[in-house]
Parts: sequence; C-alpha cells; structure tokens
Amino acid sequence: MTEAPLLRVRNLRVTYPGEQGDVHAVRDVSFSLGRERLGIVGESGSGKSTTGRAIMGLVPPPGRISADELRLGETDLRGLSERGFREIRGRRVAMVLQDPKYALNPVMRVGRQIAETHRMHVGGGTRAARLAALTMLEAVNIRDPERVYRLYPHEVSGGMGQRVMIAMMLIAKPEVLIADEPTSALDATVQTQVLAVLDDLVRGRGMGLILISHNLHLVSAFCDRVLVMYAGRVVETCAAGRLHEATHPYTRGLLAALPTLEHRRAVLPQLRRDPAWAGE
Amino acid sequence: MSGVALRIWLLHPAPASRRQARLGRWYRAWRGLSRNGLAMAGLFIVVALVLMAIFAPLIADRAAVTTQSLATRLQFPSAEHWFGTDELGRDIFARVVFGARITLTIVGLVSAIVLPIGLGIGLPAGYFGGWPDAVLMRLTDIFLAFPRLVLALAFAAALGPGIENAVIAIALTAWPPYARLARAETMTRRDAEFVQAAVLQGASHGSILFSQIVPLCLPSVVIRLTLDMAGIIVTAAGLGFLGLGAQPPAPEWGAMVATGRQVLLTQWWVATIPGLAIVITSVGFNLLGDGLRDVADARSA
Amino acid sequence: MAGPTIGGGRIPGWGIVRRVLRTLGSVTLTFLGLTVVTFFIGRVIPIDPVLAIVGPKASNETYDRVRAEIGLDLPLPVQYWRYLLKVLHGDFGTSVITSQPVLRDMLDVFPATLELAVLALLIGVVLGVPLGVVAATHRGRWQDHLIRLLSLFGYSTPVFWLGLIGLLLFYAKLGWVAGPGRIDVGYDDMVPTVTGLLTVDALLDGNSEVFVNALRHLVLPASILGYLSLAYVARMTRSFMLGQLRQEYVLAALAKGLSHGRVVWVHALGNVWVQLITVIALTFGSLLEGAVLTETVFSWPGLGLYMKNSLFNADLNAVLGGTMLVGVVYIGLNLISDLIYPLVDPRVRGQRR
Ligand SMILES: Nc1ncnc2c1ncn2[C@@H]1O[C@H](COP(=O)(O)OP(=O)(O)O)[C@@H](O)[C@H]1O
Ligand SMILES: [Mg+2]
Repeated sequence: MTEAPLLRVRNLRVTYPGEQGDVHAVRDVSFSLGRERLGIVGESGSGKSTTGRAIMGLVPPPGRISADELRLGETDLRGLSERGFREIRGRRVAMVLQDPKYALNPVMRVGRQIAETHRMHVGGGTRAARLAALTMLEAVNIRDPERVYRLYPHEVSGGMGQRVMIAMMLIAKPEVLIADEPTSALDATVQTQVLAVLDDLVRGRGMGLILISHNLHLVSAFCDRVLVMYAGRVVETCAAGRLHEATHPYTRGLLAALPTLEHRRAVLPQLRRDPAWAGE
Repeated sequence: MSGVALRIWLLHPAPASRRQARLGRWYRAWRGLSRNGLAMAGLFIVVALVLMAIFAPLIADRAAVTTQSLATRLQFPSAEHWFGTDELGRDIFARVVFGARITLTIVGLVSAIVLPIGLGIGLPAGYFGGWPDAVLMRLTDIFLAFPRLVLALAFAAALGPGIENAVIAIALTAWPPYARLARAETMTRRDAEFVQAAVLQGASHGSILFSQIVPLCLPSVVIRLTLDMAGIIVTAAGLGFLGLGAQPPAPEWGAMVATGRQVLLTQWWVATIPGLAIVITSVGFNLLGDGLRDVADARSA
Repeated sequence: MAGPTIGGGRIPGWGIVRRVLRTLGSVTLTFLGLTVVTFFIGRVIPIDPVLAIVGPKASNETYDRVRAEIGLDLPLPVQYWRYLLKVLHGDFGTSVITSQPVLRDMLDVFPATLELAVLALLIGVVLGVPLGVVAATHRGRWQDHLIRLLSLFGYSTPVFWLGLIGLLLFYAKLGWVAGPGRIDVGYDDMVPTVTGLLTVDALLDGNSEVFVNALRHLVLPASILGYLSLAYVARMTRSFMLGQLRQEYVLAALAKGLSHGRVVWVHALGNVWVQLITVIALTFGSLLEGAVLTETVFSWPGLGLYMKNSLFNADLNAVLGGTMLVGVVYIGLNLISDLIYPLVDPRVRGQRR
C-alpha cells in the first residue's frame, strides 16, 4: 500500500448520552483503509454499525462523535457541516444496509430510487439518470433491467433487492463503500451471489470496502484484512489469511466457536468475555 | 423508613415481595408522570375540578345557582358577582361551580356504562377467538362506523331530552374503541405462561379472565378513558347546547353557553365564561391522558 | 438465481377483486346495522306515531285503523323488512314541517353542508399535514410543543363555543367576515343553482360580487371546523411521521446524499400519505358531525341545521333520515378510503389477503 489511504480513522469515539450514564458505543477505534477489502467483525452491540455511521456523519442525535483524525482522502470529516456531508454521501462514501426489505422506500419504484442518487450527484436530468440506472442494474447482474426498473421493493426478492441497493449506492461512483451486514438477511444460497457482485464492482473500480459482519467465516474468506471489535474497541487487527495466528483471547474465542465440518461438537464452547478487554 | 431509604426500596431492581414490586411500579410511573410539566398541569386541573365539585357548597352559594333577580340581570363581572350574572340575574360563578358536578356526573356515568360493555365484548372476543371473536368484532365495527354525535342526537331525540338520555346516547356510541382495546390486550396475554399455568391448575375461563387478564388490561383502558373524557365532555356540552342534555334550570355548561348566545354581542361574558370552563376541563383531561400514555409507552418500549 | 416474485399471483388484478368484494361485504353489514339502529330508535320513541297522526281526541276505532295502516300491528321483523325496502328506495317518509319527502329536503340542504365541510377539510389537510411533519422533525423542541398545544386546544374546544367567539371577534368587533347565514339577503337567488355550492355556482355564473359575499360568509365557519380537523390531522401526521423516520429506508436515503428536506417531504411523507388516507376520510365524517353544531351557531342552512330544527319539532322522520344520510356518507367514505388505498400504496395493489 504505497498510495495515500482513502480513509483514515484515528481514535474515533462515539458516545450516546443515556439515562444511566453515557454509552460509549465506539472507543478509540483507529484504522486506515486503502483500495482493499477490510472486514470488521464482532458480536452484536460491539459498535460496528456505529463506526460505519460515524464515517457517514449519520450518528443519530443525541450521539456525539469525536476523533483525533477522521479523513476521507483530503477531506477532514470532523466538524464537517451537514451540507458538506451531503456532497460526500453517495458520491465519495456510500453505505449498503442489512435488509433491502426495509432499506428501500416501499412506495417508490426501485429504478427511481437508483436514478435519484444519480440525479443528486451527477446531474444531467431525468433521462440521463434513467439510462444510468438501467446500466447500473445490468452491472449488478440483473437480467431484465427495464422490467426491474419499474418494480416496487416488495415485488423483488431479497437477493435482487440487495443488488438494487448496491446499484443505488454505487451509481455515483463513491471511493469507499461501507457494507453493514449486507448478506445477513438473505438466504444462504443468495449470499454468495450478492457478495460476488459486490466484489466485482469493488475490485473493478478500485474502491475501498468496509465489510461489517458478525460472521467471522464470511469476513475471513472475503476480506484482505480483519478488525475484531469488542465492546467498542478494536481488540485485534490481522490479515485475513493469518487469522488462525490471532493472539487475542476474544478472537480465539470467536474462532473456537466456529462450527467446522471436520469435528462436530457435543457442547458448543462458551464464548469467554472479560471486562478488562474493554478497559484501559 | 427515611425518604431516601423508601425510594431505594421502591426502586429496587429485584423486589423481595409482590407488594414491593407493585408499589415500585406505581412509583416509577408516578416519577415519569411528575417529570412531565404539562401532564402535571392536567392532573392539577382534574383534581381541582373534582375538589370544586365536591366542595361546591363551600365555594359558592347554592341558592345563587337558581335564584333569579331581574333587577340585577346581565351584569358585568364585579366583586359581588365574580363572573357576572346571566339573563335571569343568576350568579354565573355559582352556576359554573355547581356545573362541575353535572360534568363529573356525566363522565362518571358514561364510564360506568362504557367499561362493562367494552370489556364484556372485548375480553371474550380476544380470549376465545374464533367465531365469537368474528361476531363480536363485526358488531363493534358496525358501531364504530357510526357518526357519534349524530347517533347520540337521534337517541336523545327518541328518548327525549335529559341528562340520563344524553349519558346513554354518548355511552352507546363510545364503547367500541374499548372493546377493540380490551380484545387486543387480551389476545397478547391469553397465551402467556401464567395464564397457561392457571388453565393447568383447572381455573375456569371466567376466573382467569377476571383475576388474570382484567387487571392487566386496566391500565391501558384507563389511559384511553382519560383521553376520551375530553371528547365525552365536549359531546355532552354539545348536546346541552342543543337543548338535549341537562334541562333548565340545571347549570350545565353547554346549556349556559346556549342561553348566552342571545346576548353574545352585548354581554359576551354570559356565553364565554361557561365555554372557558368546558375548554379548561377538557384540556386538563387531554394533558393528563397524554402524559399517562407517554409513561405507558416509555414503559413498554 | 430465482426470478423476482411478483406479489399478485397468476391473475393480475385478482387481489383487487378480492379486496373490493370484502369491502363491499363489510359495507353491506354496516349499512344493515345502521338501518337496524335507526329502525329501533324509531320504535322506542315515547311519542306515539299513531297519536301524532290521529290526534288525542280520535276514537279507538280510528286509532286502530291508522295503526294498521302504517303497519304497527305487524310483527317486528316484518316491520323492519318493510322499513329496509323503503330506505333502499330512498323513501324516508315525509317531513312534518315541510310536508315534503325527507329525501328531497335533504338533497336541498346537503350542498350547503358539503361546501362547508369540504373547505374545512382542505384547511385541515393543507395546514395540518405540514404542521404534523414539522412537529415530528422537531420532536421535543419548541416547535413540537407549540404544535402539540395548538392541536390539543383544537380537540379540547367545543366547536359551538369557538364559533360564537369567532363571530364575536371577527364579525362583530373586527368586521373582517360576514355574519351568520350563507349569503347576504340582497344576494339571495342571484345566481342559478348548478352544483348547489354557492361559491362554485357564483364562479360558474361569473358573478364575482356574489362569490365574494358567499366566501365572506363561508370563511369563518369553515376555518373553525377546519381548525378541529387540523388538530386531528396534525396529531396523526406527527405520529405516523415519527414512525416513518425510524425506518431504515430513511437512513439509506440520507446515506445516498439526499437532503433532509427531500428525505422528509418526499420519501417519508410519501409513506405517511398511505396511512393518512383513512384519517382524512374519518376526519371528513367528523366534520359532517361538527356541522350540526356549527350550522346551529352560524344559522347555516345545511343538513345539521335541518336536523336540529326537525329535532325540536318532533319531526322524527327528518331526524332519522338525516342520521341515515350522515351514516351512509360515513360508510361511503370508508369505502372510498379502502378503494383509493391501493392507488397510493403499491404494496396493497394486487396483493392477496
Ligand atoms: N441511537 C442509539 N442510541 C443509544 N445507543 C445506541 C444507539 N445506537 C446504538 N447504540 C448503542 O451502541 C452500541 C453499539 O451498537 P451498534 O453499533 O449498533 O453495534 P453492532 O452494529 O456491532 O451490533 C450498543 O451498545 C448500542 O446499544
Ligand atoms: Mg449493527
């Protein structure tokens, strides 16, 4: 990785004020992202989604963000105005959400939702946007774009919905894509197809991808590098291929809990958690 | 027990007894409510109304409610007549104060009719399901699709004007939402473990409904009732305004507005003041009901 | 890869047919329920309808003859059946006051009520929806509290009292609007009746003087009724909107770079409309009810005033006819809202239920 990273995050903290004291959802997370596929794994509630949203400037109020560095290319994202973020979202960094059933507007045709992103960022009017959307639908492997363009979200299957979602997020050619559990809501048979589409586009365009998942298998198979998060902290960073060499007890616990084909277990091992890992 | 110790006991996360748990729940709800300024204002209005109705004879002169004095009719508010006098020279202040009794009587009677009908239809519908549910809910839907005030009007017209008939008319058109609510609450509870346990112990359906399910439905029904009070008061006042509610010389607020209408342009206070009483009362019930609902929503969320 | 599933099944439009049939079934039942209720109200009345016709001095024979003539000696189900047939033919009997068929009377006065209610609904929706949206997007801030109080007063205030206060202020004191009635006496019958809506008829006739005068009469009662519907519409819009703003598609729309304005007013509001249709239909029904009181206050010659006057002249046919008409409009509104629902909500279109 000789060129400058696309995204640089140093000591990112996100805090939600709450009734019983503040919730520190993300604590001192640091990483940088080049033209690569970076996985973030961790159990539910460990702060993965919040990390992704903080980069997009979409942490819901009253959540507070702070960071020593939060830089997208040359742009400093800290204290960026809502206007500034609007120009970045979709255009330079985009986000694919978990379940297309909920993440697409149910009363708008899917084609229009894709074209809308194009009109917003590329301009060129309705016709150009329509053409671009059709091309994009083809790019995500949809066979009959003209027909799908006119469908409503409830009329498409989960796998197709997720490909529509990818099209909607990538049509304005962002440099970075955050995919937050993009296949967790899909049938196992469709998951690989959606991942393949994602992989294709990300590699083809030389983008940076952050793949968020609770599934260590999937992340280690798909990504170049993996961050392991626990209780808002990154507890381990390693290359996907060397995950078996991981040293942190939490990561080891996650690995041990993975079911394998070779030996079935009578008792699933209990995942060991230690409050000290979150501390310091 | 000191105040602090009491609070700690009430808020204990692991209550030792059923009583502690129940009191704790009430205390938590109260804390939620008391933090809401508007809801407290509503509670204040409602309590003040009830006190005013109970102690009416101490606040105002009962005789002044009906005593006519043509010599001092239509007087502007003064030290002697705080709210002025009406077209028959009666003291409007005394009439407004005693009118609170009529208003509370109406809402009390309407609740006393609506709750049994609503629960009586909603509970079995939700508990048994199947065809009883279908039949009862169809009946409810039919009543729900009726125009409320117009139907009340037709009832009142048929039964003759008067406070009892106004109550019946309002109640007959007000019960359907309670039946729906009770049904929904029952359906979410009938499969709960404690109900199944009671079934296994051989409890009858009736006793399960009354001892297990009714107490759990009551909070949401009471909240709904509080919110409905305002509507009931306004509808009752409307019937009174049309001459279909309490009959003269009873100091019913809606009827008082109607009599003030003739002198509206010259003696505005005659119609305005009883109207304000209606507004303040129904605002009070609405604020309180809103607050209660917020507390309930926060608890279930 | 499995192809897309299309919700409608094999026969396109079958879902709509099912839906319409179901709706019609429930409409029929509700209508029958309404007739049963009005039938019983007509029966339990303490005033003896026979006595009302023959007078107190009539002999027993006359009394019995008339009783048999109007069918009161027949068994109840038979009487109900006859009543139902009459109602279905639009026969609500004759009004005692006007000696005209009740249906005819009602058709004469209904346009006045319609004009009032439609304008009130317009005011309620045009102002209520944006206020509800603003309250939701500013949840917990002063805008939200202000709008909440505004609508709280709306549904806490008796319309008849508000009408009187409005007359006192805007007519008597300020002179901004015209007083009670639909039009000044001098303009009566100056434009030919086409729709029965005075403002529309004046426009059709090109008579701006009558139009302005009619509008000056209309604006106050319509605004007061409109305020009531605004209160309800704003409250419901706010709660629907809060529900929509929590949805994932809102986050996705923001993530693709849309402005908050577009996300709220196009995406979220588009979904809120779907839910609002029923509310608007119900609001229109309650406006018809509010019209009874408003028309009394404003001497507005519509259905409400007609019913109120009939009530005090023991003209039961007219009262029950009016109840029936309002009930039928209610049912019709439910039907319409059920039928236009699928036009707004693509999920319902062609869906099997
Ligand atoms: N809007 C919010 N308000 C308060 N706390 C939140 C909010 N969103 C997330 N959190 C908290 O932040 C923590 C991290 O959540 P999240 O990022 O969604 O985890 P993950 O995506 O890894 O499952 C959790 O403890 C969660 O309860
Ligand atoms: Mg998550």
